[in-house]
Amino acid sequence: MTGTRREQPVDAFPTDASLDEEVLVRVDGLVKYFPVRGGGLIRRHVANVQAVDGVSLTIRRGQTLGLVGETGCGKSTLARCIAGLIPATAGKVYFEGKDITNLSRRAMQPFRREIQMIFQDPYGSLNPRRRVGAIIGDPYAVHKTAAGAERKKAVQELMERVGLNPEHFNRFPAEFSGGQRQRIGVARALALRPKLIICDEPVSALDVSIQAQVLNLLADLQADFGLSYLFIAHDLEVVRHVSNAVTVMYLGRIAESGPGDQIYEHSRHPYTSALLSAAPAADPDSAAARQRIILTGDVPSPIHPPAGCRFHPRCPKAQELCGQTEPVLETKAGDPSTHLTACHYPVEAGEILARAGRRESR
Amino acid sequence: MSLLEVTDLRVSFPTADGLVQAVRGVSFSVERGRTLGIVGESGSGKTVLTQSLLGLTPGGQISGQAVFDGVNLVGLPNSQMRQIRGKEIAVIFQDPLTSLHPLYTVGWQINEMIRAHDKSVTKAQATERAIELLGHVGIPRPRERVHDYPHQFSGGMRQRAMIAMAISLSPQLIIADEPTTALDATVQAQILDLLLRLQQDSDTALLMITHDLGVVADIADNVMVMYAGRAAEKATKRDIFYQPHHPYTKGLLESIPHSSAAGDRLIPITGQPPSLITLPSGCAFHPRCAYVMDRCLTEQPELVAVGDPATVGQSPMSYSDAPQPASAELPDQLWPVPARSEEVTLAAPTANSRTSGAAYAGPSGDHRSACWLPPDATGLSEQTEALRVRTVELGRTSSSAKIAEAIAAAPESEGSVIA
Repeated sequence: MTGTRREQPVDAFPTDASLDEEVLVRVDGLVKYFPVRGGGLIRRHVANVQAVDGVSLTIRRGQTLGLVGETGCGKSTLARCIAGLIPATAGKVYFEGKDITNLSRRAMQPFRREIQMIFQDPYGSLNPRRRVGAIIGDPYAVHKTAAGAERKKAVQELMERVGLNPEHFNRFPAEFSGGQRQRIGVARALALRPKLIICDEPVSALDVSIQAQVLNLLADLQADFGLSYLFIAHDLEVVRHVSNAVTVMYLGRIAESGPGDQIYEHSRHPYTSALLSAAPAADPDSAAARQRIILTGDVPSPIHPPAGCRFHPRCPKAQELCGQTEPVLETKAGDPSTHLTACHYPVEAGEILARAGRRESR
Repeated sequence: MSLLEVTDLRVSFPTADGLVQAVRGVSFSVERGRTLGIVGESGSGKTVLTQSLLGLTPGGQISGQAVFDGVNLVGLPNSQMRQIRGKEIAVIFQDPLTSLHPLYTVGWQINEMIRAHDKSVTKAQATERAIELLGHVGIPRPRERVHDYPHQFSGGMRQRAMIAMAISLSPQLIIADEPTTALDATVQAQILDLLLRLQQDSDTALLMITHDLGVVADIADNVMVMYAGRAAEKATKRDIFYQPHHPYTKGLLESIPHSSAAGDRLIPITGQPPSLITLPSGCAFHPRCAYVMDRCLTEQPELVAVGDPATVGQSPMSYSDAPQPASAELPDQLWPVPARSEEVTLAAPTANSRTSGAAYAGPSGDHRSACWLPPDATGLSEQTEALRVRTVELGRTSSSAKIAEAIAAAPESEGSVIA
């Protein structure tokens, strides 16, 4: 990776000519492997956890891209690579047309202002021994944009904007409830007026009534500041609610991506269909009427992913080809060009998938 | 007779800050072969409620009755409780990683469970039983996996192992405390499917604690919605989802993102759950309620039968015959104010059947709600909404109108920290 780390002035970044103005972030064939080392003295490199394996996507200005998938499918790793928190193994990340993959700390600094993150756990992501004002003011301190009274004023404006009482500037995180702590996280992410906010399961730890408050806040901020979101969640209804486009990941690869309506109403990948059918709807009649596809087993290990289509050991439609050849992410017949599916035997309209049985993932 | 009959259960914990009233008078029953879902936000007392049944709340002051199969569990000596806990009533906890011992194999832990309750079983027999159970809950190659440690299992498999342990002694009641919250949707579907199958096989009663209305919609028969240690509403699953009466239930349903309205604004419940040490006066929900009236601030509503007599098809009894809350001696504050009640009912579609704002005891009184809104204000239709709004207009004096305005003025802010 050292070969790709080079320091260059910002203006000299290679600009992607094919990029149109509407695209804020373009990820091209991103790969992230984590080395697995042996137990011996030398800690020999024995294998790779293939956390993200060739993912390409685009995030448009002022829009929300939803990223869905089970635990361990690589969605958080992907987000961290885009934010530059961990170096990518291969592939490129372009921000406003500039290649920001694996930049040095100093070269990355201006981009850090543009890309901020909101984390899942409102308890773990705030330092319990620091006051809320200091936590929200940190971005100003790091980027030296405001100090003293000016910083305090800016922080209080932010607190007001996210629905916190600015008087509570001097309180500690422990004095706030879960929903309010998540608002603190939102205020901190918002401080430098970023263009992209990566939300990694921002509402998973909150109760439904509080979850709705935070989702509304995120929607308001998007409208006011023209923010783009990369919204990661495992709750499909939440993702549908906030997203313009949705990408479904499975074991480090994209299974399906497209506009929200296409994914939810006309899903073509059997994994998407299974995921949708498994998510419980808060409606007894539709829950009873639903044809549930129950997948057997768990997600296989990303150290030794299955050959061919990575979903084939759990797939109700799997055939011989699926175990041999990796399907290409492409537009299937009858779909709009924005709807991409990586499957040899995509689900047809009205098709009822049989309950996946027998096969075990191990 | 019900398998478990809980009457007026109260649990409180003395702390340095004051008395935490975690459960404040809850009654419910669980039938054999049926599932009761208990829903509520964090801190609503749902977990304490079930743990107190099993004597798992050290330091808690418990009163009331919980009759399980003829035995009152409240105040039961530990020696007798040990005969019931695990054997007759099994528990599945939320986090399968922390509830399995990391240093013992899964098989050892199931063995311990079996042999603790039946000393005559040999180790070999218990292991055979453990293998059989692991196979039964869908663990592949149980004969090999029985010797694995919990960390060698995935999250879904650990929860399966917990379920295997819970059913190892064929309990009559399984208490599942958020059993799928830590799991992915596809695995959650597997676990819910498994629980339903086991229930059908052995006629086990299931007490399902969750904050996920989707899970309840899936597997519960009856639902109890809890708020601040009390039951806000109790009904069949369909009534809770399609004919909710309590504004809190309605608020919960409305704050879930629905596929039909993607991109619209959600309707959250404003504010936060109250502190259980300094509870709000009157109805504990009133600071967050959109339909707050004068009496809500001072009088705590009891759980009374509600429902729409027109849809259930039974003649309504007059309001005065209906079960009256303790506040009956304050007729001028009671809903409905007789002279105005016609205005209220005019807004409703079947005004003639409820001119006196009838309280209705359902077929078995199975839809109950603790709210001062009229008993027939159930459902999510526009007519019901009109009825609610009219009632609230009549039930507010100028001072509470100000409160309502203040609420309306800051619909999204969580306000100040509730100390």
